[in-house]
Amino acid sequence: MIEILPNKCDFCGCCVGVCPEDAIELKEAEIKIIEPLCTNCSKCIWACPIEVIKFNRNGVKAAS
Amino acid sequence: MKKEYDVIIVGAGPAGSMAARYSAVQGISVLMLEKDRDVGYPVRCGEAISKGGIEEFITIDQRWISTPINKFSFISPGGIEVVIPLEEQGYILERKIFDYALAESAAKEGAEIQTRAYVYDLIIENGKVSGVKVEIAGEKKEIKSKIVIGADGVESRVGRWAGLKTYTDFRDMESGTQVTASNINVDQNTCYFYFGKDVAPQGYLWVFPKGNNLANIGLGVSGIIGKKKSALSYLNDFMDSKFPNAPVLTRVAGGIPCTITLEKIVSDGLMLVGDAARQINPLSGGGIASGMIGGSIAGRVAGEAVKMNKLDHIYQYESDWHNRLGKRHKTFDNIKNGIFHFTDEKFNNIAKSVAKVEVDQRSIGNVFKVALFNNPSLMLDVAKAFFKK
Ligand SMILES: Cc1cc2nc3c(=O)[nH]c(=O)nc-3n(C[C@H](O)[C@H](O)[C@H](O)COP(=O)(O)OP(=O)(O)OC[C@H]3O[C@@H](n4cnc5c(N)ncnc54)[C@H](O)[C@@H]3O)c2cc1C
Ligand code: SF4
Ligand code: SF4
Repeated sequence: MIEILPNKCDFCGCCVGVCPEDAIELKEAEIKIIEPLCTNCSKCIWACPIEVIKFNRNGVKAAS
Repeated sequence: MKKEYDVIIVGAGPAGSMAARYSAVQGISVLMLEKDRDVGYPVRCGEAISKGGIEEFITIDQRWISTPINKFSFISPGGIEVVIPLEEQGYILERKIFDYALAESAAKEGAEIQTRAYVYDLIIENGKVSGVKVEIAGEKKEIKSKIVIGADGVESRVGRWAGLKTYTDFRDMESGTQVTASNINVDQNTCYFYFGKDVAPQGYLWVFPKGNNLANIGLGVSGIIGKKKSALSYLNDFMDSKFPNAPVLTRVAGGIPCTITLEKIVSDGLMLVGDAARQINPLSGGGIASGMIGGSIAGRVAGEAVKMNKLDHIYQYESDWHNRLGKRHKTFDNIKNGIFHFTDEKFNNIAKSVAKVEVDQRSIGNVFKVALFNNPSLMLDVAKAFFKK
């Protein structure tokens, strides 16, 4: 499962641009994974320039 | 704000503002919506642009120029520097103020602008996009329009809601990060580009001066590299070795979709422009000028469609864009794919052969020729780039 680390995201949108499932919602200073759409493909993790998206074995934690 | 407009534009970057201006100038009603509280901020950009890229749209104004650029410097992995004087002058912008000026130029033509307006969905009626659903300072509203123009940047979702495939393959996404740092003692009229597997594999690192020894220092690496090492760690390594004590004033992340234009940038009632349409020059990663060009064409065509009361006319935008830049971007993309796979040795050999040319003989064209003749295998790469469809 994918988790965006709270308070570390820069809201740049790079992850949104590569997500094939439209599973990330980004506002001015708020971001969340739309859990039912996410397939855990990891592409957002590889694209995040500052390494703030991680796998989270305990399930998705939509962080803002 | 009205309940209905002829054209609604989502996103107030350079592409959105030009779409707003070129549609509003035709006397139709135009609304531009921006999710952030400020137009033009935060700045996720190296801010480099050519003189011609600006002058097509706005008269140069010192309020938004950081510094003029008249030289490029390429640094090979082995540290060989090749300086090339530019035939056409360039600039490093102050984009926060530049983007503001572009939005103002749209407002002057009658476009309305609303910030803190996050578009979260489209209104679709009988298969045609007919407006947007927007949250303005927390309050949800539906606003109708004949045409919606998605200018919502690299993070664009507007096109997807209308069924277009808009996401970029992660290998073509350059994950970028940049600092604006002071005490960077470099020539203030030269843009520096660093190449090589240790600095920025499958991408490049830039040092763009902003005057008074302030500089934008950043890099982009392909998502395939980011899998193993992030853009941030590459940038930290570079700063630690080159400018270890430079005070950092700004730090941003950003995505640069270095790829050809999306296959479809128009659907019924919807047009995409700028980064949202993937109109960036895939070789350089420059998207300010090309975004303004895409936005202006879309704005003009949208205005014409409304005035003729013939909404199908918006499909004209697709071919107008491809004739102006889209086709050229295909060639650039092929060249990029060649350069992406250069070894450090190849970069060094090219730099060595070009370094032998007298500085006053170094135009981009001439350098290109010398690089080709001294590195026959490069010739093959370039030939492939030009002849590949
Ligand atoms: C690190 C980095 C360095 C770069 N360096 C250069 C350079 O030196 N030269 C160059 O030419 N280009 C450069 N680029 C590329 C350039 O910044 C972009 O191509 C350019 O900003 C694209 O303009 P745009 O109008 O399409 O999108 P943007 O400028 O990204 O504007 C999109 C706007 O849409 C808004 N938005 C998004 N979603 C919504 C929504 N749902 N509702 C409402 N509003 C929304 C955003 O907040 C944003 O303001 C760089 C990019 C990066 C990341
Ligand atoms: S893991 Fe894949 S599907 Fe899930 S948010 Fe990331 S890119 Fe999208
Ligand atoms: S790519 Fe990383 S920093 Fe950028 S919005 Fe996504 S999670 Fe945040």
